[in-house]
Amino acid sequence: MTVDSAQLASLGDPTRRAIFELIAEHPRSVAEITRQVSVSQSAVSQHLKVLRESRLVRSEPKGASNVYHIDPHGLGQMRAWLDRFWSKTLAAYKVAVEQPPEEPQ
Amino acid sequence: MNAHISVASVKQSVVVEAPIERAFKVFTEDFGSFKPPEHNMLAVPIAETVFEPRVGGYLYDRGVDGSECRWARVLAYEPPDRVLLSWDISPQWQIETDPDRTSEWEVRFTAETADRTRVEIEHRNLELHGKGWESERDGVAGDQGWPLYLKRYADLLARKA
Repeated sequence: MTVDSAQLASLGDPTRRAIFELIAEHPRSVAEITRQVSVSQSAVSQHLKVLRESRLVRSEPKGASNVYHIDPHGLGQMRAWLDRFWSKTLAAYKVAVEQPPEEPQ
Repeated sequence: MNAHISVASVKQSVVVEAPIERAFKVFTEDFGSFKPPEHNMLAVPIAETVFEPRVGGYLYDRGVDGSECRWARVLAYEPPDRVLLSWDISPQWQIETDPDRTSEWEVRFTAETADRTRVEIEHRNLELHGKGWESERDGVAGDQGWPLYLKRYADLLARKA
């Protein structure tokens, strides 16, 4: 649940979402990301830190800098996602099932 | 390398103001009407979600262009008490064709009163999706599949914003 909320909160910020989507396209360095968004490199680094802490991305050293990838440890993410998926599904189900039943044909 | 990723199961429950028969009927027949819209593996919007009411049947999405995505198999169908389905979607957000690498989800319906039903979901054996995970982690798992799901979700959020 904590991971889940952190991931949602992470993607709630438009700049962070843009950064995440850039990384989802293909792995990129901080410098490459900074060229694509309208915030400073240190702001990008802050956003990457949040994305990393919520396990949406991970960094790998390459030469003098880090390259950011989508975090592939999908099982933990999958579990967090399923938690949210079923919670949303059941909430919507409750609304559907409590509507007055339609008369059959 | 993290050789072992520990994941147990996911459990959720809800109490609804409906008799057990109706609770079961709506859950199975109308599943497509309340599942989250980002749950779509097709390239096109979903026209309908079909829950085949028998063991050996499928829960599948049919797209507006007629394409189909069969993402769950019906393993038990016991109205109005219980259904058990497989979850044939990998952590990479792709259809898993090997049944040994799929998890399962059970839905139990319990009448609390004549007009009130408790619905419990247990999604278990998630670790089965992990077989061979380590060998995949630097391949397709890296930037495909599951991240594409997240991206789709992010796109939906962005559209609502």
